[in-house]
Order: sequence, then C-alpha cells, then structure tokens
Amino acid sequence: MIVLQICVLLLVGATGSAVVLVRVPSRQLIVMSLFGLMLAIMFAVFQAPDVALSQLAIGSVALPLMTLLALVELGKKKKK
Amino acid sequence: MKHPWRTAAFALGAAGLAGLYLAACAGIPTANERPSRYGQLVNRLALAQRHVTDVVTAVNFDFRGFDTIGEEYILFVSVMGALVLLREAYQKTERDDEEDARTPRREAGPSEAVQLWTLSMTGPTIIFGLYVVGHGQLSPGGGFQGGVILATAPLLIYLADEFKTFKRVISYRLVEVAEAVGAGGYVLIGFLSWFDGEPFLTNLFPLGQTGTMTSGGMLALINLAVGLEVAAGFIVLLHAFMQSSLHDPKSKEKS
Repeated sequence: MIVLQICVLLLVGATGSAVVLVRVPSRQLIVMSLFGLMLAIMFAVFQAPDVALSQLAIGSVALPLMTLLALVELGKKKKK
Repeated sequence: MKHPWRTAAFALGAAGLAGLYLAACAGIPTANERPSRYGQLVNRLALAQRHVTDVVTAVNFDFRGFDTIGEEYILFVSVMGALVLLREAYQKTERDDEEDARTPRREAGPSEAVQLWTLSMTGPTIIFGLYVVGHGQLSPGGGFQGGVILATAPLLIYLADEFKTFKRVISYRLVEVAEAVGAGGYVLIGFLSWFDGEPFLTNLFPLGQTGTMTSGGMLALINLAVGLEVAAGFIVLLHAFMQSSLHDPKSKEKS
C-alpha cells in the first residue's frame, strides 16, 4: 500500500509539473486533465472515494472542457 | 524592466511562504493513521442517528447541511456569472438560429467509430449518473458527483453529431426550470422544518431502513435536489458556452 501511495504521489508531482512546463494553453489543457485523473487516483488510493469521484468529474472532465470553451471564446475575440 | 529590488522582494516573500508552509506541514497528521476524533464520532453517529452508510454524504447534507447550501450556491452563482459574461454573444446568436441550422458545425462529421462509441455510451452514462445520485447515502458519490456525470450525457450526443442535436436533446427551458427547482429545493426543504417548530434543516422524514435508497430521511431528498441543480447547471453552462463559441462568425459576414 505504501509503495502504491508513493508511486501515485510521484505521478501527481510529475503531471503537475508537466502542466506548468507545457506553455501552449490548448496543449496544457490535455495535460491538465491527465493531472486531474492522477489526483483522482491519488484520492482513491488514500481512501477518499467521495473526493476521488468529485475530482474525476470536475478535474478531468468539467474543468478542461470549460477552459477549452473559454479559450475558443478568447480566440474569437482576438480575430476581430 | 528587471529591477534588483523586485528579485529581493520575491526572495523575501518566497522565504516567508516556505517557512510558513513547512511549519504548516509539520502539523499534518500522517497518512494511514486512525481517523481523527471527529472522524470516529461521525462514523458512529451517521449510522445510528441517520441510517446512512456513506458518512461523507451524511456530513455534507445533514451534519453540516447549512454549509452545503453555500457550496451549492457557489455553483449556481458561477453559472449565472458565466451567462452574464456571455450574454452579448448569446443574444446575437439566438436570433440567427435558422442560419445556424443551415451551416454545419464542420465540413466532415465525426467518424462512425466516434458516433458508435459515444452513442452507445450515452445510455450507460445516464444510468450511471442516476445510480451515483440515487445511492449517495449508501456508497461514495451523491448529488454533486452524479450531477456532473448526468450533464456529460448530452455532451456525448454533441460529440456524435452537432450542436443542433445537443439543443434538441436537452430542451433548454426544462433545464433552466430544473436548475431553479434544484437550487431552490434545497432551501425549501430546509424551511419545512420550521413548520414543525424545529431549527432549519432538522430532519422530519422517517429515516427508513439502513441500506436502502430511501434511507436518511430529508438527506436523501436534499441529495436529489443537489443532483438536479448540478446536472442542470452544468448543461446550462455548456449550452451558453457552445452557443457563443461554436457559432461561426464567417457565416454571419457572408449574409
């Protein structure tokens, strides 16, 4: 269990850093949803299934989607 | 543009943050420890007093149910905020709905593989969403989580086809009403307690048999209201964003 927890924590750290290191917003979103998924797995491993479910829904689906739509909106405004 | 004092100010702030952060970390209980005193207490009370097996739901919708009203309205207000921000583009596009219908979202539609996958997943997604909402007091999940899952069902249909189909599937009027009913329902259920002379949100309903979908009394009802408001809120938000984002400005210039 401890090994699993350490692995998950390392994955969260790695994907979290990756979100910051990717500089193009549209690509950042994809990495961010992966980061959200890792966070969800981490919550599940640390025995917080309720939080894991919320994180799965919000972090890996809703947040990247909303950000993507907001980016499209911003791109449209720039063109004008 | 780089000033030496700027780096110094940053270093000072960073050092302060690091110090406070480490001091805060020192007090964190270690993982895999026994639950805290509050955790042990709530574990005992949730089953005995509320007939609920998912303690997190019992805490969210009952023991600190008043706080959750605030949380629910955070979502409600953010949806309203997004709608207000998008209003200008929104009103413009609503008028040329017909034109929108004539211009397809993209030249080539989604591939058959995507259509098959998304459409075959729509039914299971709805069932799973309803399951997560309905079993909030029994297993991990509940109104918040299930609501988001439910809101992704029309999104899958959108992936398989186009925005027009998304609009046809959701019935926007109904979704708006559902959001209002969900948001207002929570508070109204809370007011019910006053008729019995009890404090706000005190449970009045029979607690039911532990392990069934109807257990938990008022908590189960509140859970459903939250599920409704979250699902409808997200669909309203998606609709507003898509309405303004996916409308092709080129088609308007031509006409």
